Amino acid sequence: MGAKTNAILNILAAVLLGLFIWWAEENLDGYMIQILNLIAVNIILALSLNLIYGFTGLFSLGHAGFMAIGAYVCSILILAPEQKEMLFILEPAYDWVQSAQAPFFVAVVAGGLAAALFGVLVGIPLLRLGDDYLGMATLGFAEIVRIFAINLPRVTNGALGFKGIPDHANLWWNFGWCLFTLYVIIRLIRSNSGNVFKAIRDDETAAKAMGIDVFRQKLLSFALGAFFAGVGGALLGSLVATIDPKMFTFVLTFNVLMIVVTGGLGSITGSVLAGIAITVLLEWLRFVENPVYFGDWELPGIPGMRMVVFSLALIFMILFRREGFMGKREFSWSWAVGRFFKKAGRHGI
Amino acid sequence: MTWAMFVQHALNGLTLGSLYALIAIGYTMVYGILRLINFAHSEIFMLGAYFVLWGLTLFYLPWFVAIVVAIVVTAAIGILVDRVAYRPLRDAPRISALISAIGVSFFLQNLTIVAFGALPREVYRPAWLENPILMGEVRVLPLTLFVPTLSFLLMLGLVWVVYKTKPGLGMRAISKDIETSYIMGVPVNRIISLTFGIGSALAAASGIMWALRYPQLQPVMGSIPGFKAFIAAVFGGIGSIPGAVVGGIMLGVIEIMAVAFFPDLAGYRDAFAFILLIVILLIKPTGLMGARLEDKV
Repeated sequence: MGAKTNAILNILAAVLLGLFIWWAEENLDGYMIQILNLIAVNIILALSLNLIYGFTGLFSLGHAGFMAIGAYVCSILILAPEQKEMLFILEPAYDWVQSAQAPFFVAVVAGGLAAALFGVLVGIPLLRLGDDYLGMATLGFAEIVRIFAINLPRVTNGALGFKGIPDHANLWWNFGWCLFTLYVIIRLIRSNSGNVFKAIRDDETAAKAMGIDVFRQKLLSFALGAFFAGVGGALLGSLVATIDPKMFTFVLTFNVLMIVVTGGLGSITGSVLAGIAITVLLEWLRFVENPVYFGDWELPGIPGMRMVVFSLALIFMILFRREGFMGKREFSWSWAVGRFFKKAGRHGI
Repeated sequence: MTWAMFVQHALNGLTLGSLYALIAIGYTMVYGILRLINFAHSEIFMLGAYFVLWGLTLFYLPWFVAIVVAIVVTAAIGILVDRVAYRPLRDAPRISALISAIGVSFFLQNLTIVAFGALPREVYRPAWLENPILMGEVRVLPLTLFVPTLSFLLMLGLVWVVYKTKPGLGMRAISKDIETSYIMGVPVNRIISLTFGIGSALAAASGIMWALRYPQLQPVMGSIPGFKAFIAAVFGGIGSIPGAVVGGIMLGVIEIMAVAFFPDLAGYRDAFAFILLIVILLIKPTGLMGARLEDKV
């Protein structure tokens, strides 16, 4: 199948998604729209972690930290000055925090860039570490971000965080960013950089011996992943309207890691599909934690049950299907068309 | 700062440090043998404390019995976690076992929330632990003396097991080379189970003393001490038991002293340990006493 047909089919799919969003905005209730929004944000986050861990093999547990940076930067830029005056009750905000203003798109980009900057700053020292140490060190970084967020009340309003963040992040923005992330990462993975990343993942020593500047390439992947994690955090902040340091704990990283592992490390299609499935499941299982009423009789909710189910799912996944549902396979139009016309399809890239 | 206050802070640091050291031993033993960061270890620590509470309030066990039962049950859970979640992944890439460990950690934490609720629970301390002892101008709680002493005895016992008994010889052999140990007839899986059992029992002891020292239980109480103990293990040199002890005690003393001398930085207390981790990994990843573990090509 030619590149031209592929491009046409891609544009067609994007148009269909647009039509679906247009339909959804008119016809679905707020709760369903919220789930769709979360799906888009989770796909962005999963793709960014998949780039760092799945494609480049850098086991990073610092996603919550990058998301926090993105969310705080974006929120400060889109909160109105009057809102900030009301919010900062512990201590008044610094002047530059008080007066910073930007339109939503610029604010999200700024959140992503700030996260990428921190990605470079922590990446330069940390990316020399081996896989499990890198995981612990980046987890430490995420915790440090959180502790600073609590202790810098003139920037972040301390433990109280921000409330009433303007809800600019609607379906168009979220899915727009989602498609952009998808486009950038697919292009990157199919380029020479993608091959270099995979080479580093599969055998770092061999990659080095082939003359690859391993450190530089790792840093590139890490910073780009941090950028999209920051974007995801920024969108999430605007979506849920409230952020505080408690939101950005390790659980947040755990959820993203679960999506990436379930979908398949090194499979973009896997991250997208698992992003949809796990977001829906996470929301659906909320019912387990809330009480259910049958007339007068109350079945009490079980707090904690949701994460019990999900942590078990992750353990089963890693024990019995380590490669995830998709492995390293990818969706392609020729495969889909082949399937459709019962021809033997080609797999993967 | 008066001399008496300094001694008091030093003793408090020693208490906190020996609690870290007991947890750190579990991390370092498992890492030494399997090259696995046992992420669930902090939850084992938390379970030890919860089981004592359970024994006391549900089964009305006397203190001493409740503590022994809790330590045994916790050790059994540590072994079970290895059997179910880590053993099938021995031949898998190392990160797979780490992800499994993260899953187990969340599972145990949330199972505790399901079983006991997420709200903090009070622990009632025996009365004799409440009355401070006066030594000159230094006022100390009995626990401040009791915890380091007991920890020290436990560590002595551990050193005896590792360096003077046959299973201990097996542990040292496996940490040098697991494949050769198989060939030489070391019962590898049994020794690994024993390692998990000992590490978990020590973590449970630490958790119980922690609950007496800071008498409030929460399902998430293990995360921060667990992570700090891991940092202590890295600080001391991961894989080395004396290193874990020294690292744990130093981390505890430094933490208490830092807050005592710079009260303004109290809010950054937890960040301090993480910064220490990053600095150590960058400057001397083998820690104070660790042997070099090189990746083979």
